[in-house]
Amino acid sequence: MQSIPSLPDENGHFGIYGGRFVAETLMEPLDELKKVYERLKTDKNFIQELDQDLQHYVGRPSPVYHAERWSKILGGAQIYLKREDLNHTGAHKVNNTVGQALLAKHMGKTRIIAETGAGQHGVASATVAARLGLECVVYMGAEDIKRQALNVYRMKLLGAEVIPVTSGSKTLKDALNEAMRDWVTHVDNTFYIIGTVAGPHPYPLLVRDFQAIIGREAREQIQTMAGKLPDALVACVGGGSNAIGLFYPFLEDESVAIYGVEGGGHGLASGQHAAPLCAGKPGVLHGNRTYLMEDVNGQIIETHSISAGLDYPGVGPEHAWLKDVGRANYVIATDDEALKAFHDLTRIEGIMPALESSHALAYGAKLAQEMNPEQLILINLSGRGDKDIHTIAALEGIKV
Amino acid sequence: MSRIKQRFDDLKSKHKTALIPFITAGDPRPDITVKLMHALVEAGADLLELGVPFSDPMAEGPTIQAACERALEHGTSLTDVLDMVEEFRKSDSTTPVLLMGYLNPIEVMGYKKFAQHAGSIGMDGLLTVDMPPEEASGLLSELALANIDPVFLLAPTTTQQRIEMITQQTKGFVYYVSLKGVTGVKSLEIKPVEKKIKEIRQLTDLPIGVGFGIKDAESAASVAQVADAVVVGSAIVSLMAKHKEDEQAILTQVPSFLQELRRAVDI
Repeated sequence: MQSIPSLPDENGHFGIYGGRFVAETLMEPLDELKKVYERLKTDKNFIQELDQDLQHYVGRPSPVYHAERWSKILGGAQIYLKREDLNHTGAHKVNNTVGQALLAKHMGKTRIIAETGAGQHGVASATVAARLGLECVVYMGAEDIKRQALNVYRMKLLGAEVIPVTSGSKTLKDALNEAMRDWVTHVDNTFYIIGTVAGPHPYPLLVRDFQAIIGREAREQIQTMAGKLPDALVACVGGGSNAIGLFYPFLEDESVAIYGVEGGGHGLASGQHAAPLCAGKPGVLHGNRTYLMEDVNGQIIETHSISAGLDYPGVGPEHAWLKDVGRANYVIATDDEALKAFHDLTRIEGIMPALESSHALAYGAKLAQEMNPEQLILINLSGRGDKDIHTIAALEGIKV
Repeated sequence: MSRIKQRFDDLKSKHKTALIPFITAGDPRPDITVKLMHALVEAGADLLELGVPFSDPMAEGPTIQAACERALEHGTSLTDVLDMVEEFRKSDSTTPVLLMGYLNPIEVMGYKKFAQHAGSIGMDGLLTVDMPPEEASGLLSELALANIDPVFLLAPTTTQQRIEMITQQTKGFVYYVSLKGVTGVKSLEIKPVEKKIKEIRQLTDLPIGVGFGIKDAESAASVAQVADAVVVGSAIVSLMAKHKEDEQAILTQVPSFLQELRRAVDI
């Protein structure tokens, strides 16, 4: 068997997962993207340009913070937070959009398209497009537009056109379909910035590579701060980009347990959740083979999560592989557990987390209580919670 | 010999171009599909392309997306679609039927079970939009055992090297997607299509069908000059959408539109 970090193979497969399941028109453009990326990822000038952007524009490295007070209250393991919420635009998404925008520039593309669920990836795409003077079109489910009005306005302020998607379930999966349809139509001048580690090869590979800076930094930082590697990593998993970004540089550290936390919605038994790894089956959607939420006839079913960023019926193929080989554990946190973690971190540490990240915090807190105070848990705080204030206020019956 | 090859050989000896209408199975209701299939044959269809509804039809424009949604409202599954083909075969043993769809419903059914069942009820070809030959080996071996022709797409972006690889995996006929885009949105320009078809003919002896952007008699006639088969999808499906509440109107209007296309193709 190949060692895990050497995957995917030449054709984008992680075991039986991944691959390139798209209409013929996109096969050649995907091949071109793969070739350009393979060339540039070892190109000194490209690496330097990317490093400069990450440092001076994104604000990297992001700190690791020891949540001492929260750890003490929980009475178990020491919790450390990787502060991706402090990045420019407020989440980990920008690590990837900065990288892909540089690829777009090198390929001479003049137009950027993106899909978005919670709006974070849309904002991060609109941001890099504004900076490079590229046209930007963001596809967003009509339901998500209602849930995330603030981010829609942010994208418009940045000069992006936000196109509501009214087909299917009107959420992230439909926005992805629509972005693919746009790309197949305008493939000559358009670069499609996929926001997560899913989609046809090479996207799961290149998004992972751009996000792996999270884990590379954190691996150094925590050893400097605590003198050792963490005992466990925890990150939320929608498509799975912040999680793979944290996990990837630790995959060969066998002493480090890995937990990916899916959107548990109202609980697995309710059927209303967004947990394909915990409750789905392998299938093919959006250009790759992976775990999916589907019915007995292979139709994709609607998901539910309090967090728009986790509300997706598929997941990156590398996570599917890590689950099957047993290197990572996939678990859930429910809407209610995530909400409680949101409030706890806000009140106890003065850090307001995104609802997506609150799922990782909720599971991390539970895990900490089963461990002893000498042990370390590193949680990816993938985004900040400002965008969710309206959702939370509405749930609690408060008019903002 | 497969029914598809037989049909193309017959047409070739008569110097005729094949006319292939596309409908989504179960649109607007499952009980109309088999009746419509027979009516289309009556109106001049040489092959039938039957769409399997899918929740996430990534390569379709709004017209066929809506058809999928109408069919799925009635729960039309892959099993139901195969039942329709079986029903159709009871009274038509010569017209080839090509299934067009996305991979996931076939994955869920299982390649072997799908191929065995589809072959046994007289389904002739399969076009899986989101499965290029690179990912197809498992399914191709099952299709071969069941004597089902795998039909693959070629696109304006397909390189010469890929045309060679794809046509080696294809049986029956190869389907050229005439433009960069989704179904039913743009109109095709005949010049670049003609040029690409010349290129494809250098590399394969398979009949070449052309689809995407054929909206009316005029565009059908111009494609018929250069291709071996003319595939018309969204134009038919939008006519069905217009009459979705009226079964009789569908069963008269759609065949009558096909007759118009037939005359244009035969000129």
